[in-house]
Amino acid sequence: MIRLLAPFRQSVRRDLLLAARHKTEIITALFFFVIVVNLLPLGIGPDPDLLRKIAPGALWIGALLATLLGLQRLFAPDHADGTLEQMALSPQSFTLLVAGKIMAHWLVAGLPVVLIAPLLGVQFDLSGRSLFILTLSLLLGTPILSLIGAVGAALTLGVRGGGALLSLLILPLYIPALIFGAGAVEADLAGIGPDGHLSLLAALLVVSTFFAPWVATVALRVALE
Amino acid sequence: MNHSLVNWFKFASPASFYPLAGRLIPYFAAVAMALLAAGLWIGLLVAPTDAQQGEGYRIIFVHVPVSWMSMFIYCVMAFWAALGLSFNTRLSGMMTSALAPTGALFAFLSLWTGALWGKPMWGAWWVWDARLTSQLILFFLYLGFIALQAAIDDPRRADKAGAILALVGVINVPIIYFSVQWWNTLHQGASVSMTKAPSMAHTMLLGMLLMALAFWAYTIAVALMRVRCIILERELTSEWVKKNAME
Amino acid sequence: MSEFLAMGGYAFYVWGSVGACALGMVLEVWMLKHRRRAILARLPRKELA
Repeated sequence: MIRLLAPFRQSVRRDLLLAARHKTEIITALFFFVIVVNLLPLGIGPDPDLLRKIAPGALWIGALLATLLGLQRLFAPDHADGTLEQMALSPQSFTLLVAGKIMAHWLVAGLPVVLIAPLLGVQFDLSGRSLFILTLSLLLGTPILSLIGAVGAALTLGVRGGGALLSLLILPLYIPALIFGAGAVEADLAGIGPDGHLSLLAALLVVSTFFAPWVATVALRVALE
Repeated sequence: MNHSLVNWFKFASPASFYPLAGRLIPYFAAVAMALLAAGLWIGLLVAPTDAQQGEGYRIIFVHVPVSWMSMFIYCVMAFWAALGLSFNTRLSGMMTSALAPTGALFAFLSLWTGALWGKPMWGAWWVWDARLTSQLILFFLYLGFIALQAAIDDPRRADKAGAILALVGVINVPIIYFSVQWWNTLHQGASVSMTKAPSMAHTMLLGMLLMALAFWAYTIAVALMRVRCIILERELTSEWVKKNAME
Repeated sequence: MSEFLAMGGYAFYVWGSVGACALGMVLEVWMLKHRRRAILARLPRKELA
Protein backbone atom coordinates (compact mmCIF):
# COMPACT_ATOMS: atom_id res chain seq x y z
CA MET A 1 0.00 0.00 0.00
CA ILE A 2 2.76 2.42 0.99
CA ARG A 3 4.74 1.41 -2.07
CA LEU A 4 1.72 2.04 -4.25
CA LEU A 5 1.40 5.57 -2.93
CA ALA A 6 5.06 6.38 -3.56
CA PRO A 7 4.38 8.48 -6.69
CA PHE A 8 1.80 10.46 -4.72
CA ARG A 9 4.27 11.27 -1.95
CA GLN A 10 7.04 12.12 -4.39
CA SER A 11 4.76 14.45 -6.28
CA VAL A 12 3.60 16.19 -3.09
CA ARG A 13 7.17 16.61 -1.87
CA ARG A 14 8.37 17.94 -5.21
CA ASP A 15 5.62 20.53 -5.51
CA LEU A 16 6.07 21.63 -1.91
CA LEU A 17 9.78 22.12 -2.53
CA LEU A 18 9.03 24.17 -5.62
CA ALA A 19 6.50 26.22 -3.67
CA ALA A 20 9.01 26.79 -0.87
CA ARG A 21 11.32 28.41 -3.42
CA HIS A 22 8.58 30.85 -4.45
CA LYS A 23 7.28 31.82 -1.05
CA THR A 24 5.85 35.07 -2.34
CA GLU A 25 3.12 33.19 -4.21
CA ILE A 26 1.84 31.56 -1.06
CA ILE A 27 1.97 34.82 0.85
CA THR A 28 0.27 36.73 -1.96
CA ALA A 29 -2.67 34.30 -2.04
CA LEU A 30 -3.01 34.47 1.73
CA PHE A 31 -2.90 38.26 1.77
CA PHE A 32 -5.42 38.37 -1.03
CA PHE A 33 -7.76 36.32 1.15
CA VAL A 34 -7.22 38.56 4.18
CA ILE A 35 -7.71 41.76 2.21
CA VAL A 36 -10.83 40.63 0.34
CA VAL A 37 -12.47 39.53 3.58
CA ASN A 38 -11.47 42.78 5.28
CA LEU A 39 -12.85 44.91 2.47
CA LEU A 40 -16.36 43.57 2.99
CA PRO A 41 -17.02 45.36 6.30
CA LEU A 42 -15.70 48.53 4.70
CA GLY A 43 -18.21 48.15 1.89
CA ILE A 44 -21.12 47.02 4.02
CA GLY A 45 -20.71 48.82 7.32
CA PRO A 46 -19.45 47.99 10.81
CA ASP A 47 -22.74 46.82 12.37
CA PRO A 48 -21.68 43.73 14.43
CA ASP A 49 -25.02 41.94 13.99
CA LEU A 50 -24.80 42.26 10.23
CA LEU A 51 -21.14 41.27 10.17
CA ARG A 52 -21.80 38.18 12.25
CA LYS A 53 -24.47 37.25 9.73
CA ILE A 54 -22.31 37.64 6.64
CA ALA A 55 -19.09 36.27 8.17
CA PRO A 56 -19.41 32.63 6.99
CA GLY A 57 -20.30 33.68 3.45
CA ALA A 58 -17.60 36.34 3.37
CA LEU A 59 -14.86 33.98 4.52
CA TRP A 60 -16.01 31.24 2.20
CA ILE A 61 -16.10 33.49 -0.84
CA GLY A 62 -12.68 34.83 0.11
CA ALA A 63 -11.36 31.26 0.34
CA LEU A 64 -12.93 30.42 -3.03
CA LEU A 65 -11.23 33.35 -4.75
CA ALA A 66 -7.91 32.74 -3.01
CA THR A 67 -7.89 29.13 -4.27
CA LEU A 68 -8.58 30.31 -7.81
CA LEU A 69 -5.42 32.45 -7.74
CA GLY A 70 -3.01 29.55 -7.53
CA LEU A 71 -4.98 27.18 -9.75
CA GLN A 72 -3.73 28.58 -13.03
CA ARG A 73 -0.19 27.69 -12.01
CA LEU A 74 -1.10 24.17 -10.89
CA PHE A 75 -0.03 22.53 -14.16
CA ALA A 76 1.19 25.44 -16.31
CA PRO A 77 4.89 25.58 -15.24
CA ASP A 78 5.27 21.80 -15.55
CA HIS A 79 3.55 21.94 -18.92
CA ALA A 80 5.86 24.70 -20.12
CA ASP A 81 9.10 22.90 -19.27
CA GLY A 82 7.94 19.46 -20.42
CA THR A 83 7.84 17.86 -16.96
CA LEU A 84 4.13 17.16 -17.31
CA GLU A 85 4.70 15.19 -20.49
CA GLN A 86 7.40 13.18 -18.73
CA MET A 87 4.97 12.42 -15.93
CA ALA A 88 2.30 11.28 -18.38
CA LEU A 89 4.76 8.92 -20.05
CA SER A 90 6.42 7.65 -16.89
CA PRO A 91 5.64 4.11 -15.67
CA GLN A 92 4.29 5.58 -12.43
CA SER A 93 0.58 6.21 -12.18
CA PHE A 94 -0.13 9.60 -13.74
CA THR A 95 -3.32 9.87 -11.70
CA LEU A 96 -1.40 9.52 -8.45
CA LEU A 97 1.14 12.10 -9.57
CA VAL A 98 -1.69 14.47 -10.40
CA ALA A 99 -3.36 13.70 -7.06
CA GLY A 100 -0.06 14.60 -5.38
CA LYS A 101 0.01 17.93 -7.18
CA ILE A 102 -3.57 18.64 -6.05
CA MET A 103 -2.66 17.75 -2.47
CA ALA A 104 0.32 20.10 -2.65
CA HIS A 105 -1.90 22.85 -4.01
CA TRP A 106 -4.23 22.44 -1.07
CA LEU A 107 -1.33 22.47 1.42
CA VAL A 108 -0.04 25.67 -0.14
CA ALA A 109 -3.26 27.52 -0.97
CA GLY A 110 -6.00 25.92 1.15
CA LEU A 111 -4.45 25.10 4.50
CA PRO A 112 -3.09 28.61 5.23
CA VAL A 113 -6.57 29.99 4.55
CA VAL A 114 -8.08 27.49 7.00
CA LEU A 115 -5.47 28.37 9.64
CA ILE A 116 -5.98 32.11 9.41
CA ALA A 117 -9.78 31.95 9.13
CA PRO A 118 -10.43 31.95 12.91
CA LEU A 119 -8.51 35.20 13.22
CA LEU A 120 -10.64 36.85 10.56
CA GLY A 121 -13.74 35.33 12.16
CA VAL A 122 -12.89 37.19 15.35
CA GLN A 123 -12.92 40.44 13.37
CA PHE A 124 -16.48 39.57 12.39
CA ASP A 125 -17.41 39.04 16.04
CA LEU A 126 -18.14 35.32 15.70
CA SER A 127 -18.58 33.29 18.88
CA GLY A 128 -16.13 30.54 19.77
CA ARG A 129 -18.51 27.82 18.68
CA SER A 130 -19.22 29.46 15.35
CA LEU A 131 -15.50 29.95 14.78
CA PHE A 132 -14.91 26.27 15.36
CA ILE A 133 -17.67 25.20 12.96
CA LEU A 134 -16.52 27.67 10.33
CA THR A 135 -12.93 26.45 10.52
CA LEU A 136 -14.08 22.84 10.37
CA SER A 137 -16.21 23.58 7.31
CA LEU A 138 -13.24 25.26 5.62
CA LEU A 139 -11.01 22.34 6.53
CA LEU A 140 -13.46 19.95 4.86
CA GLY A 141 -14.30 22.30 2.01
CA THR A 142 -11.05 23.80 0.76
CA PRO A 143 -9.73 20.40 -0.47
CA ILE A 144 -12.90 20.17 -2.59
CA LEU A 145 -12.03 23.54 -4.11
CA SER A 146 -8.53 22.31 -4.99
CA LEU A 147 -9.88 19.03 -6.40
CA ILE A 148 -12.59 20.53 -8.61
CA GLY A 149 -10.28 23.37 -9.52
CA ALA A 150 -7.69 20.90 -10.78
CA VAL A 151 -10.18 19.65 -13.38
CA GLY A 152 -10.69 23.20 -14.60
CA ALA A 153 -6.95 23.90 -14.58
CA ALA A 154 -6.38 20.76 -16.67
CA LEU A 155 -9.11 21.68 -19.15
CA THR A 156 -7.80 25.22 -19.64
CA LEU A 157 -4.12 24.26 -19.73
CA GLY A 158 -2.33 26.32 -22.35
CA VAL A 159 -5.58 27.86 -23.59
CA ARG A 160 -6.09 31.51 -24.58
CA GLY A 161 -7.35 33.63 -21.68
CA GLY A 162 -6.91 30.69 -19.31
CA GLY A 163 -7.37 32.59 -16.05
CA ALA A 164 -10.74 34.20 -16.68
CA LEU A 165 -11.96 31.09 -18.46
CA LEU A 166 -10.95 28.93 -15.50
CA SER A 167 -13.10 31.07 -13.17
CA LEU A 168 -16.04 30.85 -15.54
CA LEU A 169 -15.81 27.05 -15.66
CA ILE A 170 -15.07 26.39 -12.01
CA LEU A 171 -17.06 28.89 -9.97
CA PRO A 172 -20.49 27.39 -10.82
CA LEU A 173 -19.16 23.98 -9.78
CA TYR A 174 -18.05 25.43 -6.43
CA ILE A 175 -21.61 26.36 -5.48
CA PRO A 176 -22.51 23.16 -3.55
CA ALA A 177 -19.33 23.43 -1.44
CA LEU A 178 -20.07 27.12 -0.79
CA ILE A 179 -23.66 26.41 0.22
CA PHE A 180 -22.88 23.53 2.58
CA GLY A 181 -19.75 25.19 3.95
CA ALA A 182 -21.12 28.64 4.69
CA GLY A 183 -24.49 27.13 5.59
CA ALA A 184 -23.04 25.05 8.43
CA VAL A 185 -22.53 28.08 10.66
CA GLU A 186 -25.89 29.59 9.79
CA ALA A 187 -27.64 26.29 10.43
CA ASP A 188 -25.99 26.13 13.83
CA LEU A 189 -27.07 29.69 14.63
CA ALA A 190 -30.59 28.83 13.47
CA GLY A 191 -30.65 25.94 15.96
CA ILE A 192 -30.68 23.11 13.42
CA GLY A 193 -27.12 22.07 14.21
CA PRO A 194 -24.24 21.92 11.71
CA ASP A 195 -24.13 18.12 11.39
CA GLY A 196 -26.20 17.85 8.24
CA HIS A 197 -24.19 20.46 6.38
CA LEU A 198 -20.84 19.10 7.52
CA SER A 199 -21.78 15.52 6.60
CA LEU A 200 -22.81 16.63 3.13
CA LEU A 201 -19.58 18.57 2.79
CA ALA A 202 -17.64 15.47 3.84
CA ALA A 203 -19.58 13.41 1.30
CA LEU A 204 -18.68 15.93 -1.42
CA LEU A 205 -15.06 15.68 -0.34
CA VAL A 206 -15.07 11.89 -0.58
CA VAL A 207 -16.73 11.90 -4.01
CA SER A 208 -14.42 14.55 -5.41
CA THR A 209 -11.35 12.81 -3.95
CA PHE A 210 -12.30 9.71 -5.87
CA PHE A 211 -13.20 11.29 -9.18
CA ALA A 212 -11.48 14.66 -9.56
CA PRO A 213 -7.85 13.43 -9.87
CA TRP A 214 -8.97 10.88 -12.42
CA VAL A 215 -10.99 13.40 -14.47
CA ALA A 216 -8.12 15.89 -14.26
CA THR A 217 -5.77 13.21 -15.58
CA VAL A 218 -8.06 12.49 -18.53
CA ALA A 219 -8.26 16.21 -19.26
CA LEU A 220 -4.48 16.54 -19.02
CA ARG A 221 -3.99 13.71 -21.49
CA VAL A 222 -6.31 15.53 -23.90
CA ALA A 223 -4.29 18.71 -23.43
CA LEU A 224 -1.00 16.89 -24.00
CA GLU A 225 -2.08 15.09 -27.17
CA MET B 1 -20.00 -6.51 -35.92
CA ASN B 2 -23.56 -6.80 -37.08
CA HIS B 3 -25.09 -4.87 -39.94
CA SER B 4 -27.15 -2.33 -38.04
CA LEU B 5 -24.04 -1.19 -36.18
CA VAL B 6 -22.16 -0.74 -39.43
CA ASN B 7 -24.97 1.38 -40.82
CA TRP B 8 -24.92 3.66 -37.80
CA PHE B 9 -21.20 4.14 -38.06
CA LYS B 10 -21.59 5.02 -41.72
CA PHE B 11 -23.60 8.10 -40.73
CA ALA B 12 -21.12 8.89 -37.98
CA SER B 13 -18.75 10.14 -40.67
CA PRO B 14 -19.23 13.87 -41.23
CA ALA B 15 -19.10 13.49 -45.00
CA SER B 16 -22.13 11.19 -45.11
CA PHE B 17 -23.97 12.89 -42.27
CA TYR B 18 -23.80 16.29 -43.95
CA PRO B 19 -26.25 15.54 -46.80
CA LEU B 20 -28.49 13.47 -44.49
CA ALA B 21 -28.75 16.40 -42.08
CA GLY B 22 -29.52 18.70 -44.99
CA ARG B 23 -32.42 16.50 -46.06
CA LEU B 24 -33.82 16.24 -42.53
CA ILE B 25 -33.79 19.96 -41.66
CA PRO B 26 -36.89 20.99 -43.70
CA TYR B 27 -39.01 18.24 -42.10
CA PHE B 28 -38.08 19.18 -38.55
CA ALA B 29 -38.52 22.87 -39.36
CA ALA B 30 -42.00 22.20 -40.78
CA VAL B 31 -42.97 20.09 -37.76
CA ALA B 32 -41.69 22.83 -35.45
CA MET B 33 -43.72 25.51 -37.23
CA ALA B 34 -46.90 23.44 -37.23
CA LEU B 35 -46.60 22.47 -33.57
CA LEU B 36 -45.68 26.01 -32.60
CA ALA B 37 -48.78 27.35 -34.32
CA ALA B 38 -50.99 24.72 -32.67
CA GLY B 39 -49.40 25.20 -29.27
CA LEU B 40 -49.70 28.99 -29.35
CA TRP B 41 -53.29 28.75 -30.57
CA ILE B 42 -54.24 26.49 -27.66
CA GLY B 43 -52.12 28.37 -25.15
CA LEU B 44 -53.16 31.89 -26.01
CA LEU B 45 -56.73 31.41 -27.27
CA VAL B 46 -58.28 28.09 -26.30
CA ALA B 47 -57.01 27.51 -22.76
CA PRO B 48 -59.40 29.07 -20.22
CA THR B 49 -58.44 32.12 -18.18
CA ASP B 50 -57.03 31.22 -14.80
CA ALA B 51 -59.08 32.15 -11.74
CA GLN B 52 -56.12 33.50 -9.73
CA GLN B 53 -53.63 34.76 -12.26
CA GLY B 54 -55.97 35.89 -15.03
CA GLU B 55 -54.40 35.97 -18.47
CA GLY B 56 -50.93 36.39 -16.97
CA TYR B 57 -50.56 32.69 -16.43
CA ARG B 58 -50.34 32.16 -20.21
CA ILE B 59 -46.59 32.77 -19.91
CA ILE B 60 -46.52 29.17 -18.67
CA PHE B 61 -46.92 27.99 -22.26
CA VAL B 62 -43.50 29.31 -23.19
CA HIS B 63 -41.79 29.37 -19.81
CA VAL B 64 -42.23 25.73 -18.84
CA PRO B 65 -41.39 24.16 -22.24
CA VAL B 66 -38.36 26.45 -22.61
CA SER B 67 -37.10 25.44 -19.15
CA TRP B 68 -37.64 21.76 -19.91
CA MET B 69 -35.71 22.08 -23.12
CA SER B 70 -32.79 23.89 -21.49
CA MET B 71 -32.34 20.99 -19.06
CA PHE B 72 -33.04 18.32 -21.66
CA ILE B 73 -30.52 19.76 -24.12
CA TYR B 74 -27.78 19.65 -21.48
CA CYS B 75 -28.50 15.95 -20.95
CA VAL B 76 -28.41 15.32 -24.71
CA MET B 77 -25.09 17.16 -24.87
CA ALA B 78 -23.74 14.91 -22.13
CA PHE B 79 -24.99 11.89 -24.06
CA TRP B 80 -23.10 12.96 -27.20
CA ALA B 81 -20.08 13.82 -25.07
CA ALA B 82 -20.01 10.34 -23.52
CA LEU B 83 -20.44 8.79 -26.97
CA GLY B 84 -17.63 10.91 -28.36
CA LEU B 85 -15.23 10.08 -25.54
CA SER B 86 -15.91 6.35 -25.60
CA PHE B 87 -16.06 5.73 -29.36
CA ASN B 88 -13.90 8.62 -30.47
CA THR B 89 -16.34 9.56 -33.24
CA ARG B 90 -15.82 13.01 -34.68
CA LEU B 91 -19.50 13.68 -35.24
CA SER B 92 -20.34 13.34 -31.52
CA GLY B 93 -18.16 16.26 -30.57
CA MET B 94 -19.66 18.34 -33.34
CA MET B 95 -23.19 17.52 -32.13
CA THR B 96 -22.25 18.51 -28.58
CA SER B 97 -21.01 21.91 -29.70
CA ALA B 98 -23.93 22.32 -32.11
CA LEU B 99 -26.43 21.92 -29.26
CA ALA B 100 -24.77 24.23 -26.73
CA PRO B 101 -25.79 27.65 -28.12
CA THR B 102 -29.43 26.55 -28.47
CA GLY B 103 -29.38 25.21 -24.91
CA ALA B 104 -27.94 28.50 -23.69
CA LEU B 105 -30.64 30.39 -25.59
CA PHE B 106 -33.39 28.33 -23.95
CA ALA B 107 -31.79 28.74 -20.52
CA PHE B 108 -31.71 32.49 -21.06
CA LEU B 109 -35.31 32.55 -22.31
CA SER B 110 -36.35 30.51 -19.29
CA LEU B 111 -34.85 33.18 -17.00
CA TRP B 112 -36.34 35.99 -19.08
CA THR B 113 -39.86 34.58 -19.16
CA GLY B 114 -39.51 33.62 -15.50
CA ALA B 115 -38.73 37.25 -14.64
CA LEU B 116 -41.69 38.46 -16.69
CA TRP B 117 -43.93 35.97 -14.93
CA GLY B 118 -42.49 36.72 -11.50
CA LYS B 119 -43.00 40.48 -11.66
CA PRO B 120 -46.82 40.52 -11.84
CA MET B 121 -47.31 37.39 -9.71
CA TRP B 122 -44.75 37.83 -6.90
CA GLY B 123 -44.02 41.51 -7.32
CA ALA B 124 -40.34 40.97 -8.10
CA TRP B 125 -38.38 40.36 -11.30
CA TRP B 126 -36.11 37.95 -9.50
CA VAL B 127 -36.44 35.88 -6.33
CA TRP B 128 -33.79 33.58 -4.93
CA ASP B 129 -35.98 30.57 -5.42
CA ALA B 130 -34.27 27.18 -5.79
CA ARG B 131 -35.53 26.62 -9.31
CA LEU B 132 -34.63 30.07 -10.59
CA THR B 133 -31.19 29.91 -9.03
CA SER B 134 -30.49 26.46 -10.48
CA GLN B 135 -31.61 27.66 -13.88
CA LEU B 136 -29.20 30.59 -13.63
CA ILE B 137 -26.37 28.21 -12.77
CA LEU B 138 -27.32 25.99 -15.71
CA PHE B 139 -27.04 29.08 -17.90
CA PHE B 140 -23.53 29.68 -16.49
CA LEU B 141 -22.61 26.06 -17.25
CA TYR B 142 -23.67 26.56 -20.87
CA LEU B 143 -21.63 29.75 -21.10
CA GLY B 144 -18.60 28.00 -19.61
CA PHE B 145 -18.88 25.21 -22.16
CA ILE B 146 -19.16 27.62 -25.08
CA ALA B 147 -16.29 29.77 -23.78
CA LEU B 148 -14.03 26.75 -23.31
CA GLN B 149 -14.65 25.49 -26.82
CA ALA B 150 -14.18 28.94 -28.29
CA ALA B 151 -10.83 29.32 -26.53
CA ILE B 152 -9.28 26.12 -27.91
CA ASP B 153 -8.02 26.32 -31.47
CA ASP B 154 -7.51 22.63 -32.19
CA PRO B 155 -11.02 21.27 -32.92
CA ARG B 156 -10.23 17.75 -31.71
CA ARG B 157 -8.99 19.03 -28.38
CA ALA B 158 -11.92 21.46 -28.14
CA ASP B 159 -14.31 18.53 -28.65
CA LYS B 160 -12.69 16.37 -26.01
CA ALA B 161 -12.22 19.12 -23.44
CA GLY B 162 -15.83 20.18 -24.03
CA ALA B 163 -17.00 16.59 -23.64
CA ILE B 164 -15.23 16.25 -20.29
CA LEU B 165 -16.71 19.53 -19.10
CA ALA B 166 -20.20 18.54 -20.24
CA LEU B 167 -19.97 15.26 -18.34
CA VAL B 168 -18.61 16.92 -15.21
CA GLY B 169 -21.43 19.44 -15.53
CA VAL B 170 -24.19 16.88 -15.94
CA ILE B 171 -23.02 15.04 -12.82
CA ASN B 172 -22.97 18.32 -10.96
CA VAL B 173 -26.38 19.58 -12.06
CA PRO B 174 -28.35 17.36 -9.62
CA ILE B 175 -25.89 18.13 -6.82
CA ILE B 176 -26.20 21.85 -7.48
CA TYR B 177 -29.98 21.62 -7.64
CA PHE B 178 -30.07 19.71 -4.36
CA SER B 179 -27.70 22.13 -2.64
CA VAL B 180 -29.61 25.17 -3.83
CA GLN B 181 -32.88 23.66 -2.62
CA TRP B 182 -31.24 22.89 0.71
CA TRP B 183 -29.96 26.47 0.88
CA ASN B 184 -33.40 27.80 0.05
CA THR B 185 -35.12 25.90 2.84
CA LEU B 186 -32.58 27.21 5.33
CA HIS B 187 -33.30 30.80 4.31
CA GLN B 188 -37.04 30.79 4.68
CA GLY B 189 -37.40 34.45 3.75
CA ALA B 190 -36.84 34.07 0.05
CA SER B 191 -38.94 31.01 -0.60
CA VAL B 192 -41.89 31.47 -2.91
CA SER B 193 -44.44 28.79 -3.55
CA MET B 194 -44.36 27.97 -7.22
CA THR B 195 -46.88 25.19 -6.82
CA LYS B 196 -49.73 27.67 -6.85
CA ALA B 197 -49.75 27.24 -10.61
CA PRO B 198 -53.34 26.62 -11.62
CA SER B 199 -54.57 23.06 -11.51
CA MET B 200 -53.67 21.34 -14.73
CA ALA B 201 -56.61 21.37 -17.06
CA HIS B 202 -56.33 19.01 -19.98
CA THR B 203 -56.14 21.81 -22.52
CA MET B 204 -53.29 23.41 -20.55
CA LEU B 205 -51.32 20.21 -20.46
CA LEU B 206 -51.93 19.73 -24.17
CA GLY B 207 -50.77 23.25 -24.95
CA MET B 208 -47.58 22.85 -22.94
CA LEU B 209 -46.90 19.49 -24.51
CA LEU B 210 -47.37 20.88 -28.01
CA MET B 211 -45.04 23.78 -27.27
CA ALA B 212 -42.43 21.45 -25.78
CA LEU B 213 -42.57 19.22 -28.87
CA ALA B 214 -42.33 22.30 -31.09
CA PHE B 215 -39.19 23.49 -29.31
CA TRP B 216 -37.84 19.97 -29.50
CA ALA B 217 -38.29 19.84 -33.28
CA TYR B 218 -36.89 23.37 -33.54
CA THR B 219 -33.82 22.33 -31.53
CA ILE B 220 -33.17 19.39 -33.83
CA ALA B 221 -33.53 21.53 -36.94
CA VAL B 222 -31.25 24.26 -35.59
CA ALA B 223 -28.68 21.81 -34.22
CA LEU B 224 -28.55 20.11 -37.62
CA MET B 225 -28.08 23.46 -39.32
CA ARG B 226 -25.27 24.30 -36.92
CA VAL B 227 -23.61 20.92 -37.21
CA ARG B 228 -23.58 21.38 -40.99
CA CYS B 229 -21.80 24.71 -40.50
CA ILE B 230 -19.30 23.10 -38.14
CA ILE B 231 -18.63 20.24 -40.56
CA LEU B 232 -18.06 22.70 -43.39
CA GLU B 233 -15.74 24.87 -41.33
CA ARG B 234 -13.61 21.95 -40.30
CA GLU B 235 -13.46 20.20 -43.66
CA LEU B 236 -13.36 23.17 -45.95
CA THR B 237 -10.35 21.87 -47.79
CA SER B 238 -11.51 18.29 -48.32
CA GLU B 239 -12.64 17.05 -51.72
CA TRP B 240 -16.19 16.09 -50.84
CA VAL B 241 -16.92 19.56 -49.52
CA LYS B 242 -15.79 21.14 -52.77
CA LYS B 243 -18.08 18.81 -54.68
CA ASN B 244 -21.16 18.58 -52.53
CA ALA B 245 -21.39 21.49 -50.14
CA MET B 246 -23.80 23.43 -52.30
CA GLU B 247 -26.48 20.74 -52.04
CA MET C 1 -58.92 41.46 -31.07
CA SER C 2 -57.70 44.33 -28.90
CA GLU C 3 -59.04 42.42 -25.92
CA PHE C 4 -56.87 39.50 -26.94
CA LEU C 5 -53.85 41.74 -27.30
CA ALA C 6 -54.48 43.34 -23.90
CA MET C 7 -54.24 39.92 -22.19
CA GLY C 8 -56.34 41.12 -19.28
CA GLY C 9 -53.77 43.77 -18.34
CA TYR C 10 -50.83 41.40 -18.60
CA ALA C 11 -49.98 42.34 -22.18
CA PHE C 12 -46.45 43.52 -21.40
CA TYR C 13 -45.58 40.33 -19.55
CA VAL C 14 -47.23 37.80 -21.84
CA TRP C 15 -46.15 39.41 -25.10
CA GLY C 16 -42.74 40.18 -23.62
CA SER C 17 -42.25 36.47 -23.00
CA VAL C 18 -43.65 35.23 -26.29
CA GLY C 19 -41.87 38.00 -28.18
CA ALA C 20 -38.50 37.29 -26.58
CA CYS C 21 -38.78 33.62 -27.49
CA ALA C 22 -39.77 34.43 -31.05
CA LEU C 23 -36.99 36.98 -31.35
CA GLY C 24 -34.40 34.58 -29.94
CA MET C 25 -35.40 31.81 -32.30
CA VAL C 26 -35.57 34.03 -35.39
CA LEU C 27 -32.19 35.55 -34.56
CA GLU C 28 -30.62 32.14 -34.04
CA VAL C 29 -31.85 30.88 -37.42
CA TRP C 30 -30.80 34.12 -39.10
CA MET C 31 -27.31 33.93 -37.59
CA LEU C 32 -26.94 30.32 -38.71
CA LYS C 33 -27.97 31.18 -42.27
CA HIS C 34 -25.51 34.05 -42.21
CA ARG C 35 -22.77 31.76 -40.90
CA ARG C 36 -23.46 29.22 -43.64
CA ARG C 37 -23.36 31.86 -46.37
CA ALA C 38 -20.06 33.14 -44.97
CA ILE C 39 -18.54 29.66 -45.11
CA LEU C 40 -19.79 28.96 -48.62
CA ALA C 41 -18.37 32.28 -49.78
CA ARG C 42 -14.95 31.03 -48.71
CA LEU C 43 -15.20 28.00 -50.99
CA PRO C 44 -13.17 28.30 -54.18
CA ARG C 45 -15.44 29.83 -56.80
CA LYS C 46 -14.51 27.60 -59.70
CA GLU C 47 -15.67 24.49 -57.85
CA LEU C 48 -19.23 25.73 -57.54
CA ALA C 49 -20.28 25.20 -61.11
